[in-house]
Amino acid sequence: MMSYLDFERPIAELEARVAELRETANGGKIDVGQEVHRLEVKARKLLRDTYAKLTPWQKAQVARHPERPHFKEYVAGIAEDFMPLAGDRAFADDHAIIGGLARIDGRKVMLMGHEKGNDTASRLKHNFGMAKPEGYRKAIRLMELADRFGLPVVSLVDTPGAFPGVQAEERGQAEAIARATEKCLELGVPMVATIVGEGGSGGAVAIAAANKVLMFEHAIYSVISPEGCASILWRTADKASDAAEAMRITARHLEELKVIDRVVKEPLGGAHRAPDKAIDTLKSAIVEELDGLSSLSRDELIAQRRAKYLAIS
Amino acid sequence: MSWIDKVRNGIPFLPKRQAEDQLWHKCKKCDAMVFLREWEGNAHVCPRCDFHDRIGVKERFELLFDDGKWEELPSPEVREDPLKFRDTKKYTDRMKQARAKTQRKDALINAKGKIDGRPVVVGVQDFAFMGGSMGIAVGAAVVAGLRAAIEAKRPYILFTAAGGARMQEGILSLMQMPKTTVALQEMKDAGLPYIVVLTDPTTGGVTASYAMLGDVQIAEPGALIGFAGQRVIEQTIREKLPEGFQRAEYLLEHGMIDMVVHRHALKEKLAGLVGYLTGNKDAA
Ligand SMILES: [Zn+2]
Repeated sequence: MMSYLDFERPIAELEARVAELRETANGGKIDVGQEVHRLEVKARKLLRDTYAKLTPWQKAQVARHPERPHFKEYVAGIAEDFMPLAGDRAFADDHAIIGGLARIDGRKVMLMGHEKGNDTASRLKHNFGMAKPEGYRKAIRLMELADRFGLPVVSLVDTPGAFPGVQAEERGQAEAIARATEKCLELGVPMVATIVGEGGSGGAVAIAAANKVLMFEHAIYSVISPEGCASILWRTADKASDAAEAMRITARHLEELKVIDRVVKEPLGGAHRAPDKAIDTLKSAIVEELDGLSSLSRDELIAQRRAKYLAIS
Repeated sequence: MSWIDKVRNGIPFLPKRQAEDQLWHKCKKCDAMVFLREWEGNAHVCPRCDFHDRIGVKERFELLFDDGKWEELPSPEVREDPLKFRDTKKYTDRMKQARAKTQRKDALINAKGKIDGRPVVVGVQDFAFMGGSMGIAVGAAVVAGLRAAIEAKRPYILFTAAGGARMQEGILSLMQMPKTTVALQEMKDAGLPYIVVLTDPTTGGVTASYAMLGDVQIAEPGALIGFAGQRVIEQTIREKLPEGFQRAEYLLEHGMIDMVVHRHALKEKLAGLVGYLTGNKDAA
């Protein structure tokens, strides 16, 4: 059963009514066909209207929807023959960032991204997508490998942020993020990043300083979470909605600010309503971007990335 | 009556308040009352407990450059308030306040000068200006400082101090992380040294970009340096943080920086470093 977000309650009620009527029809002899159809049309219209004008704060909730596809679902849908590679060779294997060799429509790539997990056990295993220094150092290692063997890098970003913890600080969280960002910018191979869910601050940018940055329609990308911003500037996390509005965290805004290059459309009602469709759309977008970059030389790729970030002001 | 009151009352020609505000400085760490003139003459370091208090841009340049002479570089022109941001206050009003307080356009100032005869470009991030926070102007100033160094073939020494990124510029402040990193790569290409001096406090997105990418990393004693804020970490782990956590000495112990240097020894140390890292025949 799908979970609904707070603002989806009217839609939930209509859809529940439809389900209820269907059940009655199955059991009895009453013809509910017309009524079901009428309600379905109404629910769909409501869904379309709601999602056409989601506020930034509502988008944040969609981006964090527990049933939204995560890295593992994308890999299953996008890649053939995924071969995960583990470890930073110094401390540990961080499950908050997964990466490895893959083929996307026959193209060989290094595919990596944050994994949040989708139930209690897996969320704990993947630390809710909050990577530690070893996660970023694994990403650096994989990017170096890709660079040496001429494999484009494809990254999928979905993190509330880098993990704030004592050991993470001890092992150099800041340095690890800084070096990962630096590595993205040094690559002589194409890099395509997509913000698929939450793009949380430095923990996101560390694997997203790419030649092309894509973003799902209802994903968010921000310097700090709306709650964090609100608790600092408004002195209460209750103002998260205002903070989300003020910070400009949506794909449309970020495209206007030239921070991202392309908005990827989601199925009606968000990626979680039709994950296969969302994954397919993303796959085609990534393939297009990879092909667009394939003719550039190493120097051109580096120069393009440098020019792009120097121009952001 | 405490000894301080006795001293104060012993000065007949100054009213009480004026005496307290203008003559004495109370050390934030050990509470010692130090003559303001002594405090300033000691580079804002407590003569009793060695606490390194924050220091202004001008004072920093004075301590560093030969004969107290330097040339300030102009602050780059940047777009202001790109998001038309407003929280409980307008961002433009916060900027006006910060400018009135510091007499600076934004939080990072570059200058050219000499340290023990060696030409360098120095950037100083000013915590007094909106917590030193990194927005478009700070990012542009880091780029400008590095490019001035490249043009003049000099090392770039950057004194960092910031609570992090400037939230009022939203994602554009986050984008200063890759942007400044690109300028650091140009510096690397030019074969010139980039030396970071981490001062209190350096946290958040600033630490997670140019503040941790120095060829040599120095920190001032006791400086708070880290990625995540201590309150956020405490909320996450639900326990007290270890003694000295995220302080300069802690980072040194964990291999994150090269050295902790007393403010009084900084100029000599920097001059020595610049001497080692420049003028070598086989530099890349
Ligand atoms: Zn003291």
